[in-house]
Amino acid sequence: MNTLPLLLVLLVLALFSFFLGRKRSLAVSKGNRGNYRAPNKLHSLPSYYGYSAMIYAVLPALIVLLLWSAISPVLIAKNVAASLPAEIHNAGATQVELTMNRVESMAHAGKIDPTADPIQQAAAQHYLSLAKNSQNIKTALVLLIALGGLYLGWKMISPQFRARNQVENVVKGLMILAASVAIVTTLGIILSVLFESIRFFQVVPVSEFLFGTHWSPQTAIRADQTGGSGSFGAVPLFAGTLLISVIALAIAVPLGLMAAIYLSEYAQPKVRAIAKPTLEILAGIPTVVYGFFAALTVAPFIRQLGEAIGLSVASESALAAGLVMGIMLIPFMSSLSDDVINAVPQSLRDGSYGMGATRSETIKQVIIPAALPGIVGAFLLAASRAIGETMVVVMAAGLSANLTANPLEAVTTVTVQIVTLLTGDQEFDSPKTLAAFALGLTLFVLTLILNIIALRIVRKYREQYD
Amino acid sequence: MNTVTLANDSMTFPSSGTTTTSSVNKTDVDIHSVVEELKRAKQAVGKPFLDNPKFKTRDVNVYYNQTKQAIFNASLDIGRNEVIAMIGPSGCGKSTYLRCLNRMNDTIPGTKVTGDLLLDGEDIYAKDQDPVLLRARVGMVFQKPNPFPKSIYDNVAYGPRLHGLAVNRSELDDIVEQSLTKAGLFNEVKDRLNSPGTGLSGGQQQRLCIARAIAVSPEVILMDEPTSALDPIATATIEELIDELRSSFTICIVTHSMQQAARISQRTAYFHLGYVVEVNDTNTVFTNPGHRLTENYITGRFG
Repeated sequence: MNTLPLLLVLLVLALFSFFLGRKRSLAVSKGNRGNYRAPNKLHSLPSYYGYSAMIYAVLPALIVLLLWSAISPVLIAKNVAASLPAEIHNAGATQVELTMNRVESMAHAGKIDPTADPIQQAAAQHYLSLAKNSQNIKTALVLLIALGGLYLGWKMISPQFRARNQVENVVKGLMILAASVAIVTTLGIILSVLFESIRFFQVVPVSEFLFGTHWSPQTAIRADQTGGSGSFGAVPLFAGTLLISVIALAIAVPLGLMAAIYLSEYAQPKVRAIAKPTLEILAGIPTVVYGFFAALTVAPFIRQLGEAIGLSVASESALAAGLVMGIMLIPFMSSLSDDVINAVPQSLRDGSYGMGATRSETIKQVIIPAALPGIVGAFLLAASRAIGETMVVVMAAGLSANLTANPLEAVTTVTVQIVTLLTGDQEFDSPKTLAAFALGLTLFVLTLILNIIALRIVRKYREQYD
Repeated sequence: MNTVTLANDSMTFPSSGTTTTSSVNKTDVDIHSVVEELKRAKQAVGKPFLDNPKFKTRDVNVYYNQTKQAIFNASLDIGRNEVIAMIGPSGCGKSTYLRCLNRMNDTIPGTKVTGDLLLDGEDIYAKDQDPVLLRARVGMVFQKPNPFPKSIYDNVAYGPRLHGLAVNRSELDDIVEQSLTKAGLFNEVKDRLNSPGTGLSGGQQQRLCIARAIAVSPEVILMDEPTSALDPIATATIEELIDELRSSFTICIVTHSMQQAARISQRTAYFHLGYVVEVNDTNTVFTNPGHRLTENYITGRFG
């Protein structure tokens, strides 16, 4: 039986064992559900006995099924590879790998290509028979364990059996599993980025990467190609990221904060009911739309404006990207700040008004300080979005890695370079592609530091104000 | 017990034979007839008016959301340097009335106040009256202690800074110290003026709020159930404080505790369903109430 039908069988078995367990619990208690003193009073509700029986029947079987499915292909491949004739083994590890790739693809397709190399045909044949055996053993084992578990679970049901506690323990275990999936995935991503970066740093020194001021990642892929030798100084990229983020935040933070203050403190309920959702629509616009808005509308406008007052503006400028990104971040800033400002208790406002403070004095001196931890949080969220934003920058700020503080020139950012390094056909062992991982790692470390600082600030103010 | 009133009641409703023993009259349960009766009585029982009052209020009506009326024709005077207690069951309008006196109701959208409210003869709802300046003259202490998320010093200095009462730091220091001393808090906090006001105990926080209110030298202090969130010992401290503050300020206090009203006030106003039912010397209100509803309330028959 294949894995999918086997899972269906387990599902049916689960339902069956639930009702079986429930029924048996009612039978052993002889229907006594009320009297606590009676010896046959059930410890838990009948449905818990059902769930308990279900867990005994399905959980061990499911674990065995998953483990077997994960491990058996590896073992089979190993076995088949070992059985390959000596001549292939003598030809080196690459040859073995190549042969195994073909064998596995034939085996997975389920039919053996008669035109293929007879050695490969034989190996594929061998592979298929092993796989079939493994499948049969798996089916038998899983069903046996499921039925055995069901019997055990059925047998254990008695009025004294603490089904509720057992079920809750299993539920707790599932939650731990869910939490660890997220953690393990994060860890896995970090490690893979880290190892690829280490490979990159074996080619390009760390100091050159971190402090070099020239970025030109084009390298010759084959020896006979002409091309740049590649230089990997990341400073222009981080400078560009910083420039664009600063422009974006310089727009989003004041505008967003003031919009939030207007909405929460001054606006009539009717205005607020319309303005707040409208502002939040901005957050729903895909960033690529912002991108072409920046490239096609804002950038030419800035260029014309610059020319009118005698400034030379690149057609793709940091200013255009930063402006549009800033507008994109306004709803972030305003929506989150609005929430925290609304969370400031009315009693503080009353206290301030009662002292003879005006509305704006109250906002400046009481409400903003009280809401500051939340506002800092909103700021940092906007900042990390600005640093990580790619699409707007790709379209509006260009790809040239200029090291400049002039917002009218074209710059590029870390994320944009990662995109350009990894799009198209690439081989994954040249410094060019590996540089993407190094950039990603550096970006990750930077945002991590930013988050840690943010958490510290927020915690400090929390202690002071709550 | 005021037997005269009871005899009158039982004469009005001869059908209920038990009125002489069960003192809650049938009419008190029927809200409509009580409202009719209150509407007919143009003026509160007792002595609502004074010579040369601090606050003179006549025919005050308050509406929430334009339509729902919370106060009906409230007319009473508040004397200089007296503590006047406003008592009455929940929802009777006593807090609403209090919040009219410094126009705090302005901060609630849809509130309308009509009638005359005169502070030293000056109409506080006049067009050219600035509610912000009014609130500096008529300070307020709230039910729940609400210190600002600032240091103790900055809490007290908040008002003087807003209104420019101190020209330099040392004057501000003096104001803060004096206000905290008057509020009976200075000795407890003098070593930690820069720690947050929110870190104090509930009773200390409320005294901090009182210090904050008196730092701008108001003429009147309004207190809306200032001790209802405090334990008995903190309450006693605040009550002593209110008695001391009487020499420099006029104090209006809304309270749910009749014992508190009897302990600290010179005059008492009884509110019922938005009407001022009775205003008189506290002693008279509690020993010889002039209105059946007042008596029922203070003797704990309802409320």
